[in-house]
Amino acid sequence: MPNPDTPAISVRGAVKQYGALQALAGVDLDIHQGEFFGLLGPNGAGKTTLISSLAGLVRLSAGEIRVMGHEVVRDYREARRKLGVVPQELVFDPFFSVRELLRIQSGYFGIRRNDDWIDELLANLDLSHKADINMRALSGGMKRRVLVAQALVHKPPVIVLDEPTAGVDVELRQTLWQFIRKLNRDDHTIVLTTHYLEEAEELCGRIAMLKQGRIVALDSTPNILRRVSQRALQIRAAGMPDVLPTFLAEHLLARESGVLQLRFDRHAEIEGLLAAVRESGALIEDIAITQPDLEQAFVEIMQENSR
Amino acid sequence: MSCFSALLYKELLRFWKVGFQTVAAPVITSLLYLMIFGHVLEGRLQPLEGVSYTGFLIPGLVMMSVLQNAFANSSSSLIQSKITGNIIFVLLPPISYREFFAAYVIASVVRGVVVGFGVWLASLFFGWTGVAHPWWVLGFVLLGGAILGTLGLIAGIWADKFDQLAAFQKFLIMPLTMLSGVFYSIRSLPEFWQQVSHLNPFFFMIDGFRYGVFGASDVSPWLSFVIVGTAFVLLAALTLQLLQRGYKLRG
Ligand SMILES: Nc1ncnc2c1ncn2[C@@H]1O[C@H](COP(=O)(O)OP(=O)(O)O)[C@@H](O)[C@H]1O
Ligand SMILES: [Mg+2]
Repeated sequence: MPNPDTPAISVRGAVKQYGALQALAGVDLDIHQGEFFGLLGPNGAGKTTLISSLAGLVRLSAGEIRVMGHEVVRDYREARRKLGVVPQELVFDPFFSVRELLRIQSGYFGIRRNDDWIDELLANLDLSHKADINMRALSGGMKRRVLVAQALVHKPPVIVLDEPTAGVDVELRQTLWQFIRKLNRDDHTIVLTTHYLEEAEELCGRIAMLKQGRIVALDSTPNILRRVSQRALQIRAAGMPDVLPTFLAEHLLARESGVLQLRFDRHAEIEGLLAAVRESGALIEDIAITQPDLEQAFVEIMQENSR
Repeated sequence: MSCFSALLYKELLRFWKVGFQTVAAPVITSLLYLMIFGHVLEGRLQPLEGVSYTGFLIPGLVMMSVLQNAFANSSSSLIQSKITGNIIFVLLPPISYREFFAAYVIASVVRGVVVGFGVWLASLFFGWTGVAHPWWVLGFVLLGGAILGTLGLIAGIWADKFDQLAAFQKFLIMPLTMLSGVFYSIRSLPEFWQQVSHLNPFFFMIDGFRYGVFGASDVSPWLSFVIVGTAFVLLAALTLQLLQRGYKLRG
């Protein structure tokens, strides 16, 4: 039995240099067993590079990565047995059917008879009826699900998904998340990169934000959200002056076509803001209070770090 | 099933599934060579005492099929996997670089042998004379196939595009095979070109193989064996080195 205190993934001083470009500029990160972890960041932040390094597809220029305590270069056999990776790119082998592919993939991990688990995977991913179809004949969404099945043939304790829902329709996304959540409840560690921030907000217990190869924020999802504690007062009003009074301008988060987003910290401030809008001569038609979301947190944290 | 046998099985299944392209087509090509060259040159050339030109040509074509198809197998499998990106399916599992090497080379040898065997079967209609030393035949087929399978692996690892692979094949593999004495005995060449031919390791594969078939050859089969064996060991060492470093496969 693995020691439950061993991090599922441990990254130390990871640097990856591509010529002059630093795709990873010194990353330190521990992901614990059983976590549902989100890796977020804009395009080119280094998310895929980090995942590729821990999967042994890319070799670090400096630093060290362990999967369930196994260093990924020296102890690659054990490290790779513990890891399932769903790649970002929609790759497939056109020579084989879904079932053939999954059997072969099981064989690569030294598993001889795996049909029971393969059937379970296919059922959970809603692919049972496609088992004997050639990969070429599958739609993009189905290919994506086969990639998930391929990553899971050896029941890895650590599962990494690199933007798994890019280009996947909504219904399918739900099927996929149900399954991944179930795996997480069964003690699999899940690491996810995504561009759908609401997805990370909904699923992930902890989040790291990556920018230009560095971690710029690392915290529980609620704490990340709290960092941008700003709930906003949203006011729709007619006859708003183009130039807002100073008091309103100081609280302004956003403004578009007659709708103001105003920052406030305490409820007591709301009355003052409403009064200021009325005094400017505008007629309030509607008000609402909006909760912070990850999208906003993301933009703000990214901006903080570029200052 | 070990990681190795799974990879070997995958590589074998891959070419078998497209058997028309990978087996039938090369057999037909060789038969065309045999009919055309045999017909045109029969009676005009007699490279080996007591053997008709067609009889001389058949083992050369068999061996050429083994070599070219062994090369084609590993090189095209790898480049396709690299270009489509599905190479990651064999890079993610715990497959060692030695297992990787062995699986690709053995699958290439098998494809070479299957095609060579097909050419031999078909050539029975043109009068094959029997085999003098089966062990030499087997030895040179396996070694020759392994060398070309290894070269295919190197080419597949190195090339980033189909063009580059085609260049490797057209400017290196084809000339070396064609100039190895498949269609003629190098004794029929001027002294200078005989010397040049002796620099071509492919010549020794074909010549050794022909010794196995006819019991006669241009040079001693032992010399050929040592040269071909050494070539394989060197190429295998180079390839293992590349794979261990992850050259072009693991960024
Ligand atoms: N093989 C490579 N050669 C050169 N640069 C690369 C390579 N792979 C990635 N990069 C660069 O490294 C940076 C990080 O890329 P990536 O990890 O794919 O980002 P993300 O997945 O966060 O979008 C990018 O600037 C990208 O262009
Ligand atoms: Mg990426």
